[in-house]
Amino acid sequence: MSLELFLVLGAGLFSIGLFGALTQQSVVMLMMGLELMINGIVVAAAAFWYHVAPSAADGQVLVVVVIAAMAVEMAVGFAVVTAIFRARDVDMTDMAADLRG
Amino acid sequence: MLSAVLAWVFGVLALVSGALVFRLDSMARVTFALLASFLFVAGEVLLLGLGYLGAVIILMMVMEMVIMAVFMIMYMMNPAGLMPMAMFHNTRGAAGIAGGVFVASALGILLVDWPRRAGRPPADPTRALGEALMGGQMLTMMTLGLALFATIVATVVLATHRGRYDRFGDDLRADRPADPVPGGVDG
Repeated sequence: MSLELFLVLGAGLFSIGLFGALTQQSVVMLMMGLELMINGIVVAAAAFWYHVAPSAADGQVLVVVVIAAMAVEMAVGFAVVTAIFRARDVDMTDMAADLRG
Repeated sequence: MLSAVLAWVFGVLALVSGALVFRLDSMARVTFALLASFLFVAGEVLLLGLGYLGAVIILMMVMEMVIMAVFMIMYMMNPAGLMPMAMFHNTRGAAGIAGGVFVASALGILLVDWPRRAGRPPADPTRALGEALMGGQMLTMMTLGLALFATIVATVVLATHRGRYDRFGDDLRADRPADPVPGGVDG
Protein backbone atom coordinates (compact mmCIF):
# COMPACT_ATOMS: atom_id res chain seq x y z
CA MET A 1 0.00 0.00 0.00
CA SER A 2 1.13 3.54 -0.63
CA LEU A 3 1.83 6.14 2.04
CA GLU A 4 -1.48 7.86 1.32
CA LEU A 5 -3.50 4.68 1.89
CA PHE A 6 -1.77 4.01 5.20
CA LEU A 7 -2.41 7.58 6.30
CA VAL A 8 -6.07 7.32 5.29
CA LEU A 9 -6.29 4.13 7.35
CA GLY A 10 -4.78 6.02 10.29
CA ALA A 11 -7.22 8.90 9.78
CA GLY A 12 -10.12 6.43 9.65
CA LEU A 13 -9.11 4.78 12.93
CA PHE A 14 -8.58 8.21 14.49
CA SER A 15 -12.03 9.42 13.40
CA ILE A 16 -13.79 6.26 14.64
CA GLY A 17 -12.02 6.69 17.99
CA LEU A 18 -12.96 10.37 18.08
CA PHE A 19 -16.60 9.48 17.45
CA GLY A 20 -16.48 6.98 20.32
CA ALA A 21 -14.71 9.35 22.69
CA LEU A 22 -17.33 12.03 22.00
CA THR A 23 -20.44 9.83 22.15
CA GLN A 24 -19.83 7.29 24.90
CA GLN A 25 -21.37 7.98 28.29
CA SER A 26 -19.27 5.45 30.15
CA VAL A 27 -15.82 6.70 31.12
CA VAL A 28 -14.29 3.31 30.32
CA MET A 29 -15.80 3.28 26.83
CA LEU A 30 -14.54 6.84 26.33
CA MET A 31 -11.03 5.54 27.05
CA MET A 32 -11.52 2.86 24.38
CA GLY A 33 -12.18 5.66 21.92
CA LEU A 34 -8.94 7.38 22.98
CA GLU A 35 -7.03 4.12 22.53
CA LEU A 36 -8.45 3.73 19.03
CA MET A 37 -7.31 7.27 18.16
CA ILE A 38 -3.77 6.43 19.32
CA ASN A 39 -3.99 3.20 17.29
CA GLY A 40 -4.44 5.29 14.16
CA ILE A 41 -1.35 7.32 15.06
CA VAL A 42 0.71 4.12 15.43
CA VAL A 43 -0.06 2.95 11.89
CA ALA A 44 0.49 6.43 10.46
CA ALA A 45 3.88 6.79 12.20
CA ALA A 46 5.05 3.35 11.08
CA ALA A 47 4.00 4.06 7.48
CA PHE A 48 5.72 7.43 7.61
CA TRP A 49 8.95 5.79 8.74
CA TYR A 50 8.80 3.24 5.92
CA HIS A 51 7.73 5.52 3.10
CA VAL A 52 9.49 8.80 3.91
CA ALA A 53 12.64 8.35 6.01
CA PRO A 54 13.47 4.67 6.55
CA SER A 55 17.19 5.27 6.97
CA ALA A 56 16.67 7.35 10.14
CA ALA A 57 15.30 5.68 13.26
CA ASP A 58 13.23 8.70 14.31
CA GLY A 59 9.98 7.24 12.97
CA GLN A 60 10.49 4.09 15.02
CA VAL A 61 11.20 6.22 18.10
CA LEU A 62 7.91 8.02 17.47
CA VAL A 63 6.08 4.66 17.50
CA VAL A 64 7.78 3.81 20.82
CA VAL A 65 6.69 7.14 22.31
CA VAL A 66 3.11 6.66 21.10
CA ILE A 67 2.92 3.13 22.55
CA ALA A 68 4.21 4.45 25.89
CA ALA A 69 1.62 7.24 25.78
CA MET A 70 -1.04 4.60 25.21
CA ALA A 71 0.03 2.65 28.30
CA VAL A 72 0.18 5.83 30.42
CA GLU A 73 -3.26 6.96 29.22
CA MET A 74 -4.78 3.63 30.09
CA ALA A 75 -3.17 3.41 33.57
CA VAL A 76 -4.00 6.98 34.58
CA GLY A 77 -7.50 6.69 33.10
CA PHE A 78 -8.32 3.65 35.18
CA ALA A 79 -6.83 5.25 38.30
CA VAL A 80 -9.03 8.33 37.79
CA VAL A 81 -12.09 6.14 37.18
CA THR A 82 -11.33 4.22 40.37
CA ALA A 83 -10.85 7.42 42.38
CA ILE A 84 -14.05 9.09 41.18
CA PHE A 85 -16.02 5.87 41.54
CA ARG A 86 -14.83 5.51 45.14
CA ALA A 87 -15.50 9.15 45.99
CA ARG A 88 -18.90 9.64 44.32
CA ASP A 89 -20.08 6.39 42.79
CA VAL A 90 -19.72 7.94 39.34
CA ASP A 91 -18.97 5.92 36.22
CA MET A 92 -20.65 8.10 33.60
CA THR A 93 -19.27 11.23 31.97
CA ASP A 94 -22.56 13.11 32.40
CA MET A 95 -22.35 12.66 36.17
CA ALA A 96 -18.85 14.15 36.30
CA ALA A 97 -19.60 17.50 34.69
CA ASP A 98 -18.27 19.63 37.57
CA LEU A 99 -15.97 21.62 35.32
CA ARG A 100 -18.70 22.62 32.86
CA GLY A 101 -18.24 26.37 32.53
CA MET B 1 2.06 -9.13 -3.95
CA LEU B 2 1.05 -11.20 -0.96
CA SER B 3 2.11 -8.45 1.42
CA ALA B 4 0.05 -5.89 -0.53
CA VAL B 5 -3.05 -8.08 -0.27
CA LEU B 6 -2.38 -8.69 3.43
CA ALA B 7 -1.92 -4.96 4.03
CA TRP B 8 -5.33 -4.26 2.47
CA VAL B 9 -7.00 -7.08 4.39
CA PHE B 10 -5.45 -5.99 7.71
CA GLY B 11 -6.36 -2.36 7.07
CA VAL B 12 -10.01 -3.09 6.29
CA LEU B 13 -10.29 -5.49 9.23
CA ALA B 14 -8.68 -2.94 11.58
CA LEU B 15 -11.30 -0.38 10.55
CA VAL B 16 -14.18 -2.86 10.81
CA SER B 17 -13.18 -4.13 14.25
CA GLY B 18 -12.57 -0.53 15.36
CA ALA B 19 -16.11 0.37 14.32
CA LEU B 20 -17.46 -2.74 16.07
CA VAL B 21 -16.09 -1.37 19.37
CA PHE B 22 -18.99 1.07 19.46
CA ARG B 23 -21.59 -1.25 17.92
CA LEU B 24 -21.40 -4.45 19.98
CA ASP B 25 -23.62 -5.07 22.97
CA SER B 26 -21.32 -6.71 25.48
CA MET B 27 -18.37 -5.14 27.25
CA ALA B 28 -16.29 -8.29 26.88
CA ARG B 29 -16.94 -8.44 23.13
CA VAL B 30 -16.20 -4.72 22.83
CA THR B 31 -12.83 -5.21 24.51
CA PHE B 32 -11.91 -8.04 22.19
CA ALA B 33 -13.04 -6.04 19.15
CA LEU B 34 -10.60 -3.32 20.23
CA LEU B 35 -7.92 -5.98 20.71
CA ALA B 36 -8.58 -7.24 17.17
CA SER B 37 -8.17 -3.71 15.83
CA PHE B 38 -4.81 -3.41 17.63
CA LEU B 39 -3.67 -6.79 16.33
CA PHE B 40 -4.48 -5.87 12.71
CA VAL B 41 -2.57 -2.61 13.13
CA ALA B 42 0.32 -4.63 14.57
CA GLY B 43 0.08 -6.78 11.43
CA GLU B 44 0.47 -3.64 9.31
CA VAL B 45 3.50 -2.62 11.39
CA LEU B 46 5.00 -6.10 10.86
CA LEU B 47 4.36 -5.85 7.11
CA LEU B 48 6.23 -2.52 7.10
CA GLY B 49 9.30 -4.40 8.31
CA LEU B 50 9.23 -3.37 11.95
CA GLY B 51 9.37 -6.81 13.51
CA TYR B 52 10.25 -5.71 17.01
CA LEU B 53 7.65 -2.95 17.29
CA GLY B 54 4.95 -5.18 15.82
CA ALA B 55 5.71 -7.92 18.36
CA VAL B 56 5.74 -5.35 21.18
CA ILE B 57 2.33 -4.04 20.10
CA ILE B 58 0.87 -7.56 19.94
CA LEU B 59 2.21 -8.63 23.36
CA MET B 60 1.38 -5.34 25.05
CA MET B 61 -2.13 -5.04 23.65
CA VAL B 62 -3.08 -8.62 24.52
CA MET B 63 -2.16 -7.94 28.14
CA GLU B 64 -3.65 -4.45 28.15
CA MET B 65 -6.98 -5.56 26.73
CA VAL B 66 -7.25 -8.48 29.16
CA ILE B 67 -6.72 -6.03 32.04
CA MET B 68 -9.19 -3.69 30.38
CA ALA B 69 -11.78 -6.49 30.20
CA VAL B 70 -11.49 -6.94 33.97
CA PHE B 71 -12.05 -3.20 34.51
CA MET B 72 -14.91 -3.20 32.03
CA ILE B 73 -16.73 -5.94 33.86
CA MET B 74 -15.99 -4.19 37.17
CA TYR B 75 -17.44 -0.84 36.18
CA MET B 76 -19.96 -1.57 33.49
CA MET B 77 -23.43 -2.89 33.44
CA ASN B 78 -24.31 -5.68 31.06
CA PRO B 79 -20.92 -7.42 30.88
CA ALA B 80 -22.45 -10.51 29.31
CA GLY B 81 -24.34 -8.73 26.56
CA LEU B 82 -27.71 -10.20 27.39
CA MET B 83 -29.47 -6.92 26.67
CA PRO B 84 -28.94 -4.29 24.00
CA MET B 85 -26.55 -1.62 25.19
CA ALA B 86 -26.96 1.95 23.99
CA MET B 87 -25.10 4.52 26.02
CA PHE B 88 -24.60 7.36 23.61
CA HIS B 89 -25.00 11.06 23.93
CA ASN B 90 -24.91 13.69 21.23
CA THR B 91 -24.50 11.08 18.51
CA ARG B 92 -25.34 13.41 15.66
CA GLY B 93 -22.93 16.16 16.71
CA ALA B 94 -20.15 13.65 17.33
CA ALA B 95 -20.74 11.98 13.96
CA GLY B 96 -20.49 15.40 12.31
CA ILE B 97 -17.26 16.23 14.10
CA ALA B 98 -15.68 12.82 13.47
CA GLY B 99 -16.77 12.83 9.82
CA GLY B 100 -15.45 16.35 9.39
CA VAL B 101 -12.11 15.40 10.91
CA PHE B 102 -11.87 12.38 8.60
CA VAL B 103 -12.76 14.35 5.46
CA ALA B 104 -10.35 17.17 6.38
CA SER B 105 -7.46 14.83 7.15
CA ALA B 106 -8.14 12.65 4.08
CA LEU B 107 -8.16 15.76 1.89
CA GLY B 108 -4.90 16.85 3.47
CA ILE B 109 -3.37 13.41 2.95
CA LEU B 110 -4.37 13.26 -0.71
CA LEU B 111 -3.52 16.87 -1.57
CA VAL B 112 -0.19 17.28 0.18
CA ASP B 113 2.88 16.66 -1.94
CA TRP B 114 4.67 14.18 0.32
CA PRO B 115 8.48 14.12 0.32
CA ARG B 116 10.20 11.45 -1.70
CA ARG B 117 11.58 8.46 0.11
CA ALA B 118 15.05 9.22 1.48
CA GLY B 119 17.36 6.27 1.99
CA ARG B 120 16.57 2.61 2.44
CA PRO B 121 15.51 0.69 5.54
CA PRO B 122 18.50 -0.60 7.52
CA ALA B 123 19.21 -4.31 7.39
CA ASP B 124 18.17 -4.61 11.03
CA PRO B 125 15.65 -1.89 12.01
CA THR B 126 15.52 -3.17 15.59
CA ARG B 127 19.24 -2.59 16.00
CA ALA B 128 18.87 0.90 14.52
CA LEU B 129 16.06 1.64 16.98
CA GLY B 130 18.11 0.39 19.93
CA GLU B 131 21.12 2.43 18.91
CA ALA B 132 18.95 5.53 18.46
CA LEU B 133 17.30 5.09 21.86
CA MET B 134 20.63 4.55 23.59
CA GLY B 135 22.37 7.27 21.58
CA GLY B 136 20.87 10.25 19.81
CA GLN B 137 17.38 9.74 21.24
CA MET B 138 18.56 9.18 24.80
CA LEU B 139 16.71 12.28 26.01
CA THR B 140 13.45 10.84 24.60
CA MET B 141 14.11 7.58 26.40
CA MET B 142 14.87 9.36 29.69
CA THR B 143 11.73 11.49 29.40
CA LEU B 144 9.70 8.35 28.75
CA GLY B 145 11.20 6.66 31.79
CA LEU B 146 10.42 9.65 33.98
CA ALA B 147 6.86 9.85 32.62
CA LEU B 148 6.30 6.16 33.27
CA PHE B 149 7.64 6.48 36.81
CA ALA B 150 5.41 9.50 37.47
CA THR B 151 2.50 7.42 36.15
CA ILE B 152 3.25 4.62 38.62
CA VAL B 153 3.26 7.08 41.54
CA ALA B 154 0.18 9.00 40.35
CA THR B 155 -1.91 5.90 39.69
CA VAL B 156 -1.11 4.41 43.10
CA VAL B 157 -1.96 7.71 44.83
CA LEU B 158 -5.23 8.03 42.89
CA ALA B 159 -6.32 4.46 43.39
CA THR B 160 -5.45 4.21 47.09
CA HIS B 161 -8.60 4.03 49.15
CA ARG B 162 -7.23 5.69 52.28
CA GLY B 163 -3.68 6.96 52.34
CA ARG B 164 -1.59 8.27 55.21
CA TYR B 165 -2.96 11.79 54.78
CA ASP B 166 -6.46 10.45 55.40
CA ARG B 167 -5.27 8.64 58.49
CA PHE B 168 -2.84 11.14 60.09
CA GLY B 169 -4.15 14.51 58.86
CA ASP B 170 -2.77 16.90 56.27
CA ASP B 171 0.44 17.55 58.24
CA LEU B 172 0.81 13.89 59.28
CA ARG B 173 0.92 14.97 62.94
CA ALA B 174 -2.11 13.22 64.42
CA ASP B 175 -1.25 11.10 67.44
CA ARG B 176 -3.66 8.36 66.49
CA PRO B 177 -4.71 7.37 62.99
CA ALA B 178 -8.33 8.22 62.21
CA ASP B 179 -9.39 4.74 61.18
CA PRO B 180 -13.01 3.61 61.00
CA VAL B 181 -11.97 0.46 62.80
CA PRO B 182 -9.16 1.01 65.32
CA GLY B 183 -6.31 -1.42 65.50
CA GLY B 184 -3.80 -0.18 62.98
CA VAL B 185 -5.36 -1.91 60.01
CA ASP B 186 -5.94 0.60 57.25
CA GLY B 187 -9.68 0.23 56.86
